Amino acid sequence: MKRLCDKYAAKLATQGLTAPNDPIIGGLDAELVWNRQDPRIEEFSKLFDMLSINSLVFSKPAEPFATILDFLAGRTESAIRPEDTETRTFLHDIPICREFSASAMAASLKQRKAVIIPGEGIISCGTVSPEQGFVFYSSTIFACFVLFFSDYLNRLRNKTLDDEYREAFQQTIKNLPDQHITPPEQALGPFSDEDTVLAAMAESGRHVVGYGLVDSFFGNISYRLNDTVYISQTGSSLDELEGCIDPCPMDGSATTGLTASSELSAHEDVYRRSDYRCILHGHPKFSVIMSMDCDKVDCPNRGECHIKCTECRTVNGIPIVPGEVGTGPTGLCNTLPPAMASSGAAIVHGHGLFTAGANDFNEAFERLLDIENQCRKRYFDMVKSYE
Amino acid sequence: MKECFGWTGTILHIDLTNKKVIHDHPAPEIYRKYIGGKGMAGHYLAPYATREWTDPALPLLIFTGPLNGTIAPTSGRGTIMSRSPLTGAICDTSVGGRLATQLKRAGYDGLVITGKSDTPCGIEILDEDIRITPTALHGATSGKVFTYLESSMPKGASMACTGPAAENGSRLAAVMIDRHHAAGRGGLGLVWAAKNLKYLTVKGTGKTRVHDKEALKETREDIFRLTAASPVLLGQHGFSCWGTGAIFDLMDSRRMMPTDNFQKTRFENAHELNAAAYTKEFTPKKHGCSGCHIMCKKIAQDGRSMPEYETMSHFTALIGNRDMELVLKANDLCNQLGMDTISAGSTLACRREITGQDYTPASLLDALHEMAQGGDLGQGSLDFADTCGQPETSMSVKGMELPAYDPRGAYGMALAYATSTRGGCHLRAYPISHEVLRKPVATNRFSFSGKARIVKIAEDMNAVVDSLTACKFTFLAASLEEYTKAFTAVTGVQISGQDLLKTGERVYYNERIMNAANGFTASDDDLPARFFTEHGTSGGGVDIPPIDREEFLTARANYYRIRGLDENGNPTQEATKRLGLDQ
Repeated sequence: MKRLCDKYAAKLATQGLTAPNDPIIGGLDAELVWNRQDPRIEEFSKLFDMLSINSLVFSKPAEPFATILDFLAGRTESAIRPEDTETRTFLHDIPICREFSASAMAASLKQRKAVIIPGEGIISCGTVSPEQGFVFYSSTIFACFVLFFSDYLNRLRNKTLDDEYREAFQQTIKNLPDQHITPPEQALGPFSDEDTVLAAMAESGRHVVGYGLVDSFFGNISYRLNDTVYISQTGSSLDELEGCIDPCPMDGSATTGLTASSELSAHEDVYRRSDYRCILHGHPKFSVIMSMDCDKVDCPNRGECHIKCTECRTVNGIPIVPGEVGTGPTGLCNTLPPAMASSGAAIVHGHGLFTAGANDFNEAFERLLDIENQCRKRYFDMVKSYE
Repeated sequence: MKECFGWTGTILHIDLTNKKVIHDHPAPEIYRKYIGGKGMAGHYLAPYATREWTDPALPLLIFTGPLNGTIAPTSGRGTIMSRSPLTGAICDTSVGGRLATQLKRAGYDGLVITGKSDTPCGIEILDEDIRITPTALHGATSGKVFTYLESSMPKGASMACTGPAAENGSRLAAVMIDRHHAAGRGGLGLVWAAKNLKYLTVKGTGKTRVHDKEALKETREDIFRLTAASPVLLGQHGFSCWGTGAIFDLMDSRRMMPTDNFQKTRFENAHELNAAAYTKEFTPKKHGCSGCHIMCKKIAQDGRSMPEYETMSHFTALIGNRDMELVLKANDLCNQLGMDTISAGSTLACRREITGQDYTPASLLDALHEMAQGGDLGQGSLDFADTCGQPETSMSVKGMELPAYDPRGAYGMALAYATSTRGGCHLRAYPISHEVLRKPVATNRFSFSGKARIVKIAEDMNAVVDSLTACKFTFLAASLEEYTKAFTAVTGVQISGQDLLKTGERVYYNERIMNAANGFTASDDDLPARFFTEHGTSGGGVDIPPIDREEFLTARANYYRIRGLDENGNPTQEATKRLGLDQ
């Protein structure tokens, strides 16, 4: 348990979500263990008596995330409601707890998986592994980041922006991480055997996380070798894909994809419709923000754009399609494949970006990075145009 | 309690000895304390938990939960509970079909059946009209009973019955529900037979009152979105498309498919016998319980039930069979005779190991008929192996045969098998969710680290799920967070998921108290010795060593501490009082 606490504390810092050595992570089996000592542990320990949990994650976010969270929390009464579809599906909303006490934190954690404590940080918990708290922590930051930038643009466009928001925005963009320009060099394809495919997928997954093109470590990645789709497993860490890739025959002769990514159907359909050999899917923040940007304020689908948008929308020619996670009637498995097959890349509304490659992950990664950078540039161009 | 939101406020007591029917209205605090389903059934069982299964005073309990009859997803489940003739421990089974929904619509939160009819009988419930009817169906197969009842009962009525195995005294006797569903485990069918009860039919015309319909709709949409995002449930390789047999390929690739009575963990013919092969051969259609959108049940074109994963595995790998049609025949025969397929398959495997004789199609089906006659084979593997002087060949916990997940391939499963209050059961904590299916996140399946608390929390959570009542499979995608909202929307009771977990803890501890009263101790919370001494089938980069006995015992001791039991696994006064079970 201690090893897991240490692992996820390190990941929070490595991904730039917190300052190094700031996370406090506790895990309980028969004995309660912490990744490090801290005076606040006495209060956190009480939570294990108040809640049926086995792990707890707490940390103050690094900048610019701390500024964003405190700003949004200051303007929200009880809970922040994410606008991106992925965190909305899994988190629903994020309560705000204004008192740093075990009883107050417990009351909020009884409602939701992650809680914002303004000025202090984010606290989240799990019943199986500290990994759950890590994921909820990271998703909270992602959701708030997307909400903050989306809302700023909308208010700017609608001329409802106030000075406080402008100040928070300026403070935030000063601390935005620099964008990556140069993609990494990856194994050259096409690949002809399983071992090479698995190694290339693991390599590319690490780069996607390393370049910050995902929310925590989620997303998915696949490669078609003959009539088998190799795809990352559901909930797998893209930076730790060794042993977490499922081979899924396209002829329906096995159900080994039971643990595969929830987007297996979409990936497989892209391969059926095209000659692409690989697909990358990440959650780059500005691609998600721009996918939700729309000036049709009177649109009858407003509020349900992620499943009902009928407009032919693009970002610099990259199609934006509606669709929810998975295989339901409004699932992206219905909308993504035709868009991908024709353009090799598509953004799913409020969710993330998919790119394909003809031979290997170099092309797919380059497009993933390039589209995110285009979206980031377009965002700030639009901000400038409205100012 | 007068009728309120979610619950009907009425428990029906039927005494088959004197044909008396009593309506009981429990106090609101009883509902708050036990919710419904498994929790309420356990509450009503507790005062009589030490009675023998032959004792007419031992109650047979059939309970619904507050979500039954609402639009909450997968809320069609219910509970059948009593003391197990197979194990002597408590035994509750989550049952599907229409039974719980119809019972609720008829106006009852639960049935408490006691006494013994002087002649074979059926209970027929149509709203307030309750009849105890003599029947000539004694000894009939379940198929014959259903065909007869379908012609005489109102459309949409739910029907439950036993088969000849129960009437012949087999401790593997199941209760069949609406043809395709079973309360299979623990020999509960024998409790029905001990009361001379052959069948139960229920038809209700009422509706469950919902406190906040809009909030329930919103939560329902949240749950639908989560299940749509779940590869295991609605993915193209998931349960909805392929049935629970979808897990067959994973068990093969993880090298944890029990083979040759758990002597090996890989069956070389598995790839020919997976869900895809069955689908190609039998082109099954989808079927589900009331209120379920997942529809994991599959029915062959000729109307036979397709085997669940455990049956697919135990009727092939465990007994050395490679014939899919024989699996369907054996599964159908068990359903007709009213027998638990998991225990039946495992008892066949036990006999095969002892005798060294392989089964032919004819000898396998003959053995199932023999089992249903109630002789040595019909008493389960432990009794049979004991009789043969080789008790170590019974792959059971507390006398209940193990399902098709080899514990050497999943250590949380090993601990959960041992601590399960009803014996060798995978569903109390269902560690397969994180050790194999990666939900909510993946854990190291070859480690006991953290597993004691994970198992305890999961047992509490599933006790809540079985009390609400809902389907455990849904919790591979949704969580108590969403179902607590559904519970509050239906009942109007403001409560958190964490508070519900406390209720789950109470429900589960109550079962430990009942088992302790029947003499169960730490020596019963154990696995067959084979798992600590013999290797599984390693290969393909996966090593399957025996489970380290010391590590297992440490994990079990941790579990006792976390669960609030003493070092011998017995309940303590302190925890009993804390959970309000001392009154």
